[in-house]
Amino acid sequence: MLRDITIGQYYPVNSVLHRLDPRVKLVSTLIYIVSLFVFDSIIGYVIAAIFLASMIKLSQVPFRFMVKGLKPVVVLLCITLFFNLIFTPGEAVFSIWIITVTREGIQLAVRMGIRLVFLVIGASLMTLTTTPNQLTDGLERLLKPLNHIHVPVHEISMIMSIALRFIPILLDETDKIMKAQTARGADFESGGLVRKVKAMVPLLVPLFISAFRRANDLAMAMEARCYHGGEGRTQMKPLIYQKRDYVAYGIVWAYLAVSIVFRVLGI
Amino acid sequence: MGIIKATKLVYDYLKYGEEGQEPEVNRAIDQVDLDVKEGQFIAVLGHNGSGKSTLAKQINALLVPTEGTLWVDQMDTSSEADVWRIRQKAGMVFQNPDNQIIGNMVEEDVGFGPENLGVPTEDIWKRVDESLQAVGMTAYRRQSPNKLSGGQKQRVAIAGVMAMHPRCIVLDEPTAMLDPNGRKEVLKAVRKLNQQEGVTVILITHYMEEVVFADDIYVMDSGRIVMHGTPREIFSQVDLLKKYRLDVPQATLLAHELIQAGVPLKEGILTREELVQELTGKEIRIPKDAVSGHKAQETEAAESPAARPGKTAKQPVLRLEHVYYTYSPGTAYEMHALKDVNLELPQGQFVGMIGHTGSGKSTLTQLLNGLVRPTDGTVLFEGENIWEENYPLRSLRSQVGLVFQYPEHQLFETDVLADVCFGPKNQGLSQEECEKRAREALKHVGLGEEFYAKSPFELSGGQKRRVAIAGVLAMNPKVLILDEPTAGLDPRGRDEILDQIASLHRVRGITILLVSHSMEDIARYVERIIVMNHGEKAFDGPPKQVFAHYKELETMGLAAPQITYIVHDLKEAGLLVDTEATTVEEARDTILSALGKRGELC
Repeated sequence: MLRDITIGQYYPVNSVLHRLDPRVKLVSTLIYIVSLFVFDSIIGYVIAAIFLASMIKLSQVPFRFMVKGLKPVVVLLCITLFFNLIFTPGEAVFSIWIITVTREGIQLAVRMGIRLVFLVIGASLMTLTTTPNQLTDGLERLLKPLNHIHVPVHEISMIMSIALRFIPILLDETDKIMKAQTARGADFESGGLVRKVKAMVPLLVPLFISAFRRANDLAMAMEARCYHGGEGRTQMKPLIYQKRDYVAYGIVWAYLAVSIVFRVLGI
Repeated sequence: MGIIKATKLVYDYLKYGEEGQEPEVNRAIDQVDLDVKEGQFIAVLGHNGSGKSTLAKQINALLVPTEGTLWVDQMDTSSEADVWRIRQKAGMVFQNPDNQIIGNMVEEDVGFGPENLGVPTEDIWKRVDESLQAVGMTAYRRQSPNKLSGGQKQRVAIAGVMAMHPRCIVLDEPTAMLDPNGRKEVLKAVRKLNQQEGVTVILITHYMEEVVFADDIYVMDSGRIVMHGTPREIFSQVDLLKKYRLDVPQATLLAHELIQAGVPLKEGILTREELVQELTGKEIRIPKDAVSGHKAQETEAAESPAARPGKTAKQPVLRLEHVYYTYSPGTAYEMHALKDVNLELPQGQFVGMIGHTGSGKSTLTQLLNGLVRPTDGTVLFEGENIWEENYPLRSLRSQVGLVFQYPEHQLFETDVLADVCFGPKNQGLSQEECEKRAREALKHVGLGEEFYAKSPFELSGGQKRRVAIAGVLAMNPKVLILDEPTAGLDPRGRDEILDQIASLHRVRGITILLVSHSMEDIARYVERIIVMNHGEKAFDGPPKQVFAHYKELETMGLAAPQITYIVHDLKEAGLLVDTEATTVEEARDTILSALGKRGELC
């Protein structure tokens, strides 16, 4: 079922990483991803791995939980590797039928594989240790400068946070309507593509109507509680940098510096 | 001037046509005068569509009057400059608990209002603490709202309003979607705010038991205020209330019936304590014919479906044998929804099922028509295991019809007839046959031809519900399972639907399983009750037998009908009544005969 997807679902423990300011985590994740593409050698990847491993250790999220959440990504990973493997021109190692695997292909595939795995784990480490709300708050603050070029940053972050709140409710509702129509003899499984699409009508129409009704209700409830956009609004949990946040920034920038030095020196 | 005052308030909804014609005018509020004093507890009663909600939205300035004026704390709601101050002074709680919580964490949601008002951060925290404390939700402050029960969500919504420090709080049917325990929780929180914090409360509802403590009651009908007075004044006019599609608390109804029978009681008795006090506290002389006069009616009562067991055939249509159901087995979220349930539903029985939220009722109903597969055990329909290979599950589903809670949410077709045809069409019937079935089903639920071509979305809530029930009925099921078919309906709407279900049982001989939170409904209609508790069958038997365990039912978060409590109280107070009475009629008769006997002894 849709709800079983755990990729990057918040894992509630109280670690240092959990307590960090979401802005720090967003920026750090970005830096880490950049570093993965800056590093270009085995030693580099080892350093990236050590860095990631120590972060996982700090987060107190069980590694097994994290890996379980990665399963859906594996398919994507395999496809990427496969294409890298066969479409890179260079010195042929062996060939089967019309597929030729080259030395460069293998190197590139290994490199991409390592980068992708690290990237996904790194990104999910952020979502595992940050609640969706903190994330939207962090994004709102980081993107605030865009307000000057008339990007409605506050509204976008409000939309995101409301969407996050209603996803489980709408999933529940989908399940309910599906069951109700099944009880009336609807068949969502068998038949060809056309029939399957047609069979979705009794599910989608009520779902859309319900979503609109909820949106209407929610808008009214927000207005009743004096919501009138971001202007003049205070925050219950404003983001304020603590000492640990500065320390974290220091570590991450140092890490990036190391990766650049390695690249320049060609190690 | 009071905190809320309205003079000659009028509100029109305008419905614009597609081609820019003159808009159609629907008058939702008509010449309403209102005067609410600070600190009062006001109740507004009225059937669905009587204009209550529109009135509530006026007070919060979500709507502004078409004519007339409304003042909230001396501010005119039609002046745009004051709109945010009015909304802060008069907070509002809505009906649907899911659709009014904005935050992803309880405390964040409570802080939403103060954030909008621009309250400094430290003050927000203080206000959130106080408000959560006031509604008793402090322990849940870090939880996600999705994990809470309906009653808890409504309490969070109330806290969210309280954190804005309003002087008045308007609650628009806050309990309509809750189970009895949730209703009690919410009401307790509201009364506490009114008494301890001195907040003015305007409660809109159609549960009569909730408003007996109000200082003042307004009754609305087609946009007008048709009755106004103290609960005692209002509820002493039983017949007038019924005319407005409402009813009265059970104790009041029983007292009313007794007075009609000649027992000299005062009018407008509101609570069970009062009634017991009145009946036992003093010498009551009743005219001799009062007792004998009701003998005739007793035989009449015996005709009701509830009073005729034994007429049903014994062959079971559905049977569950040692059924278990576990959600997400093998994970951390593992939950046993059903444990070793054995059950038989004989052909033609009218069965009621009760149990608090999460007791396994819904899972059980879905097991019965093969929507979910038991983790262990067998489900038998007419003696055949429905999970055998090649068993025609789709044909089973048309024979065991299941009407979900709020079934109107599953309507999707462009007109009523087509929607009702959906079920029969899936059975593979011809177009004519489908329509014939649909017409028949619609007739059974009391919807005439004028509705066939209408869009289901234009209908009123009660009518939509009936279309949805017809949609299941049109498949000609042998068994009809209804999950809370009366949720959210006004008293008359509720009685109409239940009467139609009872007539289906009588006329077509359909086996019916009615899941309900209302013990009064159950007591009035069914011949057998199944009580679910923590996934197990706790009781199973005729209503009288089950309700005799009313003390055990209470420990399960359930209750017996009000009447059961009244007759037990009377017995304790020394009146020789039959404690098996569960309906108003039965109680009236046994009280009359007990009073008669006492009269003879004197």
